[in-house]
Amino acid sequence: MDLMEYQAKQIFAHYDVPGLPGDVAETVEEARAIADRIGGQVVVKAQVKTGGRGKAGGVKLAADAAETAERAGAILGMDIKGHTVHRVLVTQASDIAEEYYFSYLLDRANRSFLAMASVEGGMDIEEVARTKPEALARVPVDAVRGVDEDKAREIVAAAGFPVEVFDEVVDVAMKLWSAFVAEDATLIEVNPLVRTPEGEILALDGKVSLDENADFRHPDHERFADVRDADPLELAAKNKGLNYMKLDGEVGVIGNGAGLVMSTLDVVAYAGEDLDNGSGGSIKPANFLDIGGGASADVMADSLEIILGDPSVRSVFVNVFGGITACDEVANGIVQALEMLKAKGESITKPIVVRLDGNNAADGRRILDEAEHDIVELVDTMDGAARRAAELAAQGV
Amino acid sequence: MSIFLTRDSRILVQGITGSEGTKHTRRMVASGANIVAGCTPGKGGHSVDGGAGSIPVFSTVAEAVQDTSADVSVVFVPPRFAKAAVLESIDAGVPLCVVITEGIPVHDTASFYQYAVDSASTRIVGPNCPGLISPGQSNAGIIPGDITRPGRIGLVSKSGTLTYQMMYELQDIGFSTAVGIGGDPVIGTTHIDCLAAFQADPDTDAIVMIGEIGGDAEERAAEYITANITKPVVGYVAGFTAPEGKTMGHAGAIVSGSSGTAVAKQKALERAGVKVGRSPSEAARLMRELMAT
Repeated sequence: MDLMEYQAKQIFAHYDVPGLPGDVAETVEEARAIADRIGGQVVVKAQVKTGGRGKAGGVKLAADAAETAERAGAILGMDIKGHTVHRVLVTQASDIAEEYYFSYLLDRANRSFLAMASVEGGMDIEEVARTKPEALARVPVDAVRGVDEDKAREIVAAAGFPVEVFDEVVDVAMKLWSAFVAEDATLIEVNPLVRTPEGEILALDGKVSLDENADFRHPDHERFADVRDADPLELAAKNKGLNYMKLDGEVGVIGNGAGLVMSTLDVVAYAGEDLDNGSGGSIKPANFLDIGGGASADVMADSLEIILGDPSVRSVFVNVFGGITACDEVANGIVQALEMLKAKGESITKPIVVRLDGNNAADGRRILDEAEHDIVELVDTMDGAARRAAELAAQGV
Repeated sequence: MSIFLTRDSRILVQGITGSEGTKHTRRMVASGANIVAGCTPGKGGHSVDGGAGSIPVFSTVAEAVQDTSADVSVVFVPPRFAKAAVLESIDAGVPLCVVITEGIPVHDTASFYQYAVDSASTRIVGPNCPGLISPGQSNAGIIPGDITRPGRIGLVSKSGTLTYQMMYELQDIGFSTAVGIGGDPVIGTTHIDCLAAFQADPDTDAIVMIGEIGGDAEERAAEYITANITKPVVGYVAGFTAPEGKTMGHAGAIVSGSSGTAVAKQKALERAGVKVGRSPSEAARLMRELMAT
């Protein structure tokens, strides 16, 4: 889960990483009150999970509370690269003498962690990495040993931090590592880390990504979940415990296993390449939905309910390989799910193409045949079923 | 022969008394695996009905290894206890530790992976994987034993169901070993490790490699193939239509900016001379053609 700047700064503050006073506001009035409390010049910053906020006009200086209210009024509700601004961070303004960069991240390739630091911060670090790789120190961090003071000194020295801030940056590096480990982060980035003309080191902006697999030991991370920005179908699916993601096509997809579902999306997109979706595009998958190893009637019913509730869906493709779960169980799940939905008074008119393969596939197909649901169509192969589902979606235009 | 897992493998199941542990222990036994012990803290002295006889349960891995000479551990322990379970296996010197558990925090995985590297005695497969099977010989994990048969294809895959799909489509040709390496961002055994082992295995003639979006493991595997693999390789990559910045089911399956895309992986593999299918069925067809010549 990627956090917004104000949430990242809440984590920094908790680990005593030096920063400036500030708070988040959802209304003009709240923004004004925060500016009043801070006093003097402040910065009003749009809180969205995308870069380029400054260029889009989402970051403004304000001299006093009145101007803060004006700025907040202009920024709240603004659209930045498709993200609506629901919140602004109001924070004390600061003079900057120098800008640095510091981060810890998961290094997949080396199956460990990596510290990155540079005395040329404040800009897009990928740009620095591309144009001036020698200016970005990359220091591997051993996942068992972590970052102690010696390691922190090694990182700070590798980046060439000036002697007058060296010890302070080492201190920040150790605090950030504490936060990185204790919060189960996969990324903690401070950009820029600044030196003020008075010689203070401050974290002025930051990014944090948290590992959702570790939520069980961080019940407090729930506060970071952004209910308002979530897609309503994704939210409904999450509440039912389904692994669902909304995409922008017309063929609803249900499958078992993440790899098979990803593969199903691809095969549907290939099949739909030459088919018109009625609005100038081709037929594409409408969602990702992995029902996992089992496929009980309840899970199948919940899945069909979510997918059929998506107005852009015109056909459904259920793609199951019977491995651990045999296909006859899956077929019974589909039949029962349709009965359950009917009993709830839902009329199901969108065609459902089913492909069953693997263990007991013949039995599974027989069960679906005998149930005689006129909207259910069986196709033997994954490629053939994808083609059929795409055609049905195109016919539904 | 086969890789990593043979008919002589002596398997220990960690978390054997849990519902998943017991269920899959019976499935493994039914497909020919030699399960010699189970381990659940505090349950030492009990036993579990494996379907073909009773399996002794030990409280610690060390005791289990001492009494039964187990040399493979399969971990079904829930995420919150998985790290401790794997560390115990490494401390007991178990040469192969197969971590089935899904949802382990990546800090825990990075830590036990590093610990295993430091120990130099344990290979980890997974986590978040279906394990591995050498059909007709042994089965360590949750891969269904009845969808394929012994043969001369080696398979390595990030995805469980795509592994099953491929094994099923090519069941008449059969497999030496199929390894599900898992879809997490940090995994103990990579495509490259398996490619190297298949290259060295006299009973493997050709290799299927299944990848998916995220990271650059497939690109690095492609470089490895160019330099080291002389056996023919057929590939498949899932996730061509995955949107940027969204995690597709597997924790590691995410396109970040321009990195980790399926197109980049496909191109890298093709440059290495790998025949890449557009769908799992097409990859299976390519392998079938290759084995026929």
